[in-house]
Amino acid sequence: MIGLKTTTAAAAVLLAASLGASASAQEGGHAAPRIERQNWTFSGMVGRFDAGQLQRGFRVYSEICSRCHSVSRLSFRNLVQPGGPEFPEAGVKSLAADKYKVDAEPNEQGKILKRPAVLADRIPGPYKNDQEARASQPGGALPPDLSLITRARSIESQAPFYMVPLNMMRDILAGYQEAGADYLYAYLTGFKEPPKDVKVPDGMNYNEAFPAPHFTGMPNPFAGGNDAVKYDDGTPQTVDNYARDVTAFLAWASDPTLAERKRLGVLVMVYLLITALLLYFAKRRIWSNMH
Amino acid sequence: MASHESSFRPASRAGKWLDERLPLPRVMHGQFVDFPTPRNINYLWTTGGLLTFFLGLQIATGVVLAMHYIPSAGEAFSSVEAIRRDVNYGWLLRNIHMVGASFFFLAAYIHIGRGLYYGSYKGPREVLWIIGVVIFLLMMATAFMGYSLPWGQMSFWAVTVITNLFSSIDAVIPGLGTRIVQWLWGGFSVSGTTLTRFYALHYLLPFVIAAAVGLHIWALHVVGQNNPTGIEIKQPSDSVPMAPYAIFKDIFALSVFVLLFAWFVFYLPDYLGHSDNYIEANPLSTPPHIVPEWYFLPYYAILRAIPDKLLGVIAMFSSILLLIFVPWLDTSRVRSAKYRPVYKWFFWMFVISVIALGYLGSKPPEPPYVGWARFFTAYYFLHLLVILPIVGVIESPRPLPRSITEAVLGKEPATQVASAGGGK
Repeated sequence: MIGLKTTTAAAAVLLAASLGASASAQEGGHAAPRIERQNWTFSGMVGRFDAGQLQRGFRVYSEICSRCHSVSRLSFRNLVQPGGPEFPEAGVKSLAADKYKVDAEPNEQGKILKRPAVLADRIPGPYKNDQEARASQPGGALPPDLSLITRARSIESQAPFYMVPLNMMRDILAGYQEAGADYLYAYLTGFKEPPKDVKVPDGMNYNEAFPAPHFTGMPNPFAGGNDAVKYDDGTPQTVDNYARDVTAFLAWASDPTLAERKRLGVLVMVYLLITALLLYFAKRRIWSNMH
Repeated sequence: MASHESSFRPASRAGKWLDERLPLPRVMHGQFVDFPTPRNINYLWTTGGLLTFFLGLQIATGVVLAMHYIPSAGEAFSSVEAIRRDVNYGWLLRNIHMVGASFFFLAAYIHIGRGLYYGSYKGPREVLWIIGVVIFLLMMATAFMGYSLPWGQMSFWAVTVITNLFSSIDAVIPGLGTRIVQWLWGGFSVSGTTLTRFYALHYLLPFVIAAAVGLHIWALHVVGQNNPTGIEIKQPSDSVPMAPYAIFKDIFALSVFVLLFAWFVFYLPDYLGHSDNYIEANPLSTPPHIVPEWYFLPYYAILRAIPDKLLGVIAMFSSILLLIFVPWLDTSRVRSAKYRPVYKWFFWMFVISVIALGYLGSKPPEPPYVGWARFFTAYYFLHLLVILPIVGVIESPRPLPRSITEAVLGKEPATQVASAGGGK
């Protein structure tokens, strides 16, 4: 048991050292953009998505992002499922049927007509194909599909080499999986006036979270400022909340089984911990006459 | 097979009937119950069991994943997403398989490092060691092809970079390298054809690994296990039967390792991967940094450290193939680094250089990283080709204990009859 104690103590010391050192590293000031870590309801061992936040995020997505971006890997039924925004089924059914038309099966004459969408349909995007999407953008850039966006983004480590093991230890112990969400939030709130000596090319926009030289094709989605999207649950209608909520919604879109994963994870960890303890004592008992 | 007394007694008439016709239970009993294991082996000797477990786990999850995966350029990425989103417990299967590959390699690296430290490659275990190197090469091929299957950006560009290595043969025989690359691709670029053949091979190779593991275990049971002292079992009190002693130690170690594994499966599934692999493969857009999975980073660093493409490829492959010759490159009479005061230090320097190469492999090939990569590449080869032979000659090893029993109990077995009997 002494071994276990020393290991735990060593881990604690390492953790403390890594936290202290990373704080001092932040003061160093690096050319690359620094992405701050945010508090998310879905981080950590028992984290879950907040259905209310996802509902608000879906509203922000629908009113702003969906003008250019699709979430093509999501079906309407996902909006109803547990662990997600958990909209009432009737509401999603009528949303799908009233607002979206999808291709029906060819009829007897071989014509493909439109029919109202149902729960089983994927949520249709704003464009028929990538070419149409590009053509509709001033800079000709393709607005990416957002259904995996937080998993497809991360924060590049700027830490010096001797900090790498400590940072790894800290992230592993904390179960840090939210780099994509942290980046997305920083990006959505990163549209700033460019520094005086920087000339932003035509059709591009300056974003301090975007990798150098910080030019991105997307304009500031929240240029409309506060109150651009109406919330009906009393949450303040601020740009910061819009960015946070839509990031949470897209994090769920990237990882819709998160709640199931973390719920099962706790059970498995507890089960394995008990098993390991029992096996430890069994092994000691068996070997007791050999020392 | 190492000779030892059999405690196998068929309990039933049917058992006796089978024993006289096909004594498979007798063989299994002899090799996995009675088999004498050195009484002093430490927890590093549990990695073999871990590796067997992970091979089984990868095959079991892989077979089920294959039922849902579609190996075509147009549908591979979406089918993996469908597994994550729509297949019952598909996310779990995929996380286990994806993280399992990493933990398979983690256990393999500990296993190889243990072999290098305790001299487990020395006679009569040369063939055992060489089969191990072959398994390691097969694992690397399997993992590389498996990584191509999700058909994300990193999958696609890793395949492009690695298959393109063969074009360096053009420097020796013009045209041959290009022909080989096109033959591997099944076309003039990496495409769905390449993906389909990689999928077929990714399904085949694990069974080849399983066969090689069978040979590895066979060879092990002929020569017996090495142990921290590096001296052979000489008398009954030096060993304990595999069951229950080694088995329970193995299972306990497995439960701890799986606990760590489960933490990654449930809470850090993407930690060991690259986020670019959640972007569907796009031949028209190259990611800013193409990096392999972590377990290939040291070799990637060696590849990029050499300015010449062909020499870089040769260095990368020989960094692994050289391991085959380690039993003869090491000239020491003593197996275990425990009794080798000079080699012990060089062993840890070698470990540090491999870890440093891993770090440098993850960085862009620019100063100062590339300079350090050259330094540690040079040291890697210096260790295997120069230090290992020379240290074995000039070093004077510390005195060895007379037997394993003496190493454990501090005295010879004559006074320890009771303890020796306790193992039976």
